[in-house]
Amino acid sequence: MAAIKFTLNDKSQTVDVVPQTPLLWVLRDTLGMTGTKFGCGMQLCGACTVHIDGQPRRSCGTPVSSVAGKNVRTIEGLSVDGVSHPVQRGWLEADVPQCGYCQSGQIMTAAALIAKSTNPTDADIDEAMRGNLCRCGTYQSIRRAVHLAAQYKAGKGGAA
Amino acid sequence: MNRRGFFKVGAGAAGGLLIGIYLPEKSRLAADIASPSKLNTYVHIGSDDTITFTIVKSEMGQGTLTSLSQILAEELDCEWKNIKTEIPSPEPQFGMMGAFGSLSVRTTYNTLRQAGAGARAMLIQAAAQKWGVDASQCRTEKGAVVNTATNASLRYGSLADAAAKLPAPKGAALKDPKSFKLIGTSVKRIDTPDKISGRAKFGIDTRIDGMLYAVLARCPVFGGKVAAFDATKAKAVPGVKQVVQISNGVAVLADNTWNAMEGRKALQIQWDEGPNATQTSAKIRQTFMDLTAKPGAVARKVGDADQALAEAAKKIEAVYEAPFLSHSPMEPMNCTAQVRADSCEVWAPTQIQTAAQQTAMAITKLPAGKIIIHTTFLGGGFGRRGGADFVAEAVEISKAAGVPVKLTWSREDDMQHDLYRPASYAKFAGGVDANGNLTAFTCRVASQPFAGLNNGVDRNAVDGIANLGYGSGIPNILVDNHPTETGIPCTYWRSVGYSHNTFFTESFIDELANAAGKDPVEFRRTLLAKNPRMLGVLNLAAEKAGWGKPLPTGHYHGIGLTDNIGSFNAQVAEVSVTNGKLKVHKVTCAIDCGVVVNPAIVEQQVQSGIVFGLGPVLRQAITIERGRVMQANFNNYDPLRIDEMPVVEVHIVPSMANPGGIGEATTPNISPAIANAVFKATGKRIRHLPIRQQDLV
Repeated sequence: MAAIKFTLNDKSQTVDVVPQTPLLWVLRDTLGMTGTKFGCGMQLCGACTVHIDGQPRRSCGTPVSSVAGKNVRTIEGLSVDGVSHPVQRGWLEADVPQCGYCQSGQIMTAAALIAKSTNPTDADIDEAMRGNLCRCGTYQSIRRAVHLAAQYKAGKGGAA
Repeated sequence: MNRRGFFKVGAGAAGGLLIGIYLPEKSRLAADIASPSKLNTYVHIGSDDTITFTIVKSEMGQGTLTSLSQILAEELDCEWKNIKTEIPSPEPQFGMMGAFGSLSVRTTYNTLRQAGAGARAMLIQAAAQKWGVDASQCRTEKGAVVNTATNASLRYGSLADAAAKLPAPKGAALKDPKSFKLIGTSVKRIDTPDKISGRAKFGIDTRIDGMLYAVLARCPVFGGKVAAFDATKAKAVPGVKQVVQISNGVAVLADNTWNAMEGRKALQIQWDEGPNATQTSAKIRQTFMDLTAKPGAVARKVGDADQALAEAAKKIEAVYEAPFLSHSPMEPMNCTAQVRADSCEVWAPTQIQTAAQQTAMAITKLPAGKIIIHTTFLGGGFGRRGGADFVAEAVEISKAAGVPVKLTWSREDDMQHDLYRPASYAKFAGGVDANGNLTAFTCRVASQPFAGLNNGVDRNAVDGIANLGYGSGIPNILVDNHPTETGIPCTYWRSVGYSHNTFFTESFIDELANAAGKDPVEFRRTLLAKNPRMLGVLNLAAEKAGWGKPLPTGHYHGIGLTDNIGSFNAQVAEVSVTNGKLKVHKVTCAIDCGVVVNPAIVEQQVQSGIVFGLGPVLRQAITIERGRVMQANFNNYDPLRIDEMPVVEVHIVPSMANPGGIGEATTPNISPAIANAVFKATGKRIRHLPIRQQDLV
């Protein structure tokens, strides 16, 4: 056990756990932040995606010791009300989720995409999102939602 | 009131108007159909105008919370935003409580309309009494009763207590569908805000006081048992609190999931692998082949197929095969249980609450009334969560350990201890006469049953074959079946028998069209002359896809139809095969599912069903060696990813027919649509799923 300190959703956080514990389980079990999902444990499905220093990362394969001193953002910290980030607005408008289980990871990956790409094409979206599995098949809606998100981020697309 | 619309009224525990409704079930799963005098869902109208709708159908992505609420709210004329939904613990009056078989809208549509209309009539009556006017002088609008003479209005919430004292109405008038404001509209899903913010609680998110996190080591061979185990090293792993044996393996309980998984790695277990230890996919296939050399139990017989085949101008034969498949929902199996001496609580992402409750009863020996089932959101179901194996494990662990536990399955646990879609092997023969008319159709299926036999026939094994949609157009048919046990646990998988049988039949019909020298769509049209809804979707899909018109160079069309779960759909797939690489560019789907409650949800489900069927076309298969599953995670059982997602275009046939199902509608026929398109591209018939590399070169 060791005390590990990092920034989580803009607040300082210290946890005292086995250092190699994946960040995923620290978030879900130690801190009770269950928005980040367990899907495969092998960085194959993307359900556990969070941002580490702004980059999309698989928390299931990230030892918590490796985020010491870093900025971690989860779905709970993407917007204050949970629905107003441009990506969340795009998701709302396209009414993307079905079962919803993969959606936190999808949204975190999409948020990282539109942070660096102002007007992604379908090919850009497929490239960025192909690591995020959805068994319900929301892919077509995801493409639409990411396009909408890019518009919202650019200040277009109404007041939704 | 007729039997289907029976309901009772009264006051809720905290005031307001409470209406109980009987939602009928009709399914082979619902063996214990509730009597019409039993009520199995409730609507409560509170004094604060909140409409609390108790829904007995789990939400697993298929949109039940939204669509069932739409049906109720349409007739009730309430404010959409005031609807709250709850899923109750099973009670005896609910009968069989579960969401399966694409039944949720089909079995509740009429009753929910009647319940909404009845409640609305009572609220009108209560307002009329307050105003001292005749009910005919009142109308409703947005959750209020309006006095048409004075324009005064009373909110439903202010009328609920008075309405609760009124007798149940004797058959309230339903709205004219032409005046629908909610049914038939793409209302946004109720569950979306919670599912984009991380707030939605799935089973795996359950946290209760004092809970330990558990994982279970199971025998890798189906049917195997623990012979002996040593927990010394596991107990030395940091955070591990307990190790307990249950009927299905050895559980490690820890202060978090990771530590429990680490503890499991350190367990030393000797397994008694049992009689399945030498089972393989190759052996199962050989068994199927041997069985189909001889006649099986007859599932369908029309005319004399043998004689018609002997007399046919052209006879063709083909063998089709499909493998075991895993459901692999994104949320791995899990369950939280707290067993006390006199009660038991279960938190589960379950499709069938009654099965969960009965399972907990058998383990705890407690009566049903002492077992509460809390239903969470389901991170996918697809038939997998109709099982209660994961509930049994959690209840057993909590009982053995004496603490509340959350049992989490790893992805490997989930994939290697699934209840699988059965493998199937089907031998077809067909004959056409000199004019290219189909005169004989035979099929012999060998597969594994999982839900019993009827006159020696496993209905799931022959669904979509014995009741082939073209049946009325074929004079001689013989379908027979060899059910056989393989030792591999199987269950319902989205669209069940149709998931493989429609691949078989629609591919073979294409072969017959080719043998007859006819266009595949034209050939089907002839067979469907007496089946107007199938013919309708065939024609619509062909028209919208531009069947027979020029395509981009190297692109080819294939078609596949199905009529399952009370719905009808045709899909035209546009594919290319370049240097052995198959790409699915577009799928045009025409669907007739009767009255549509929410077109956007129908469109979602059409896409969803197609994506679910696409993975097994391209690469997904479960194979067995040494009695165990060879696939373990998404690297070797890789579902469809976004960069492979075709454009799916959905055309809904306007219809006033009773609602059909939608959740399982489109999974069966994407595979033949693609296989038939590949045949056009390569000249090679695909008779085996998934498509193999050698099929494409």
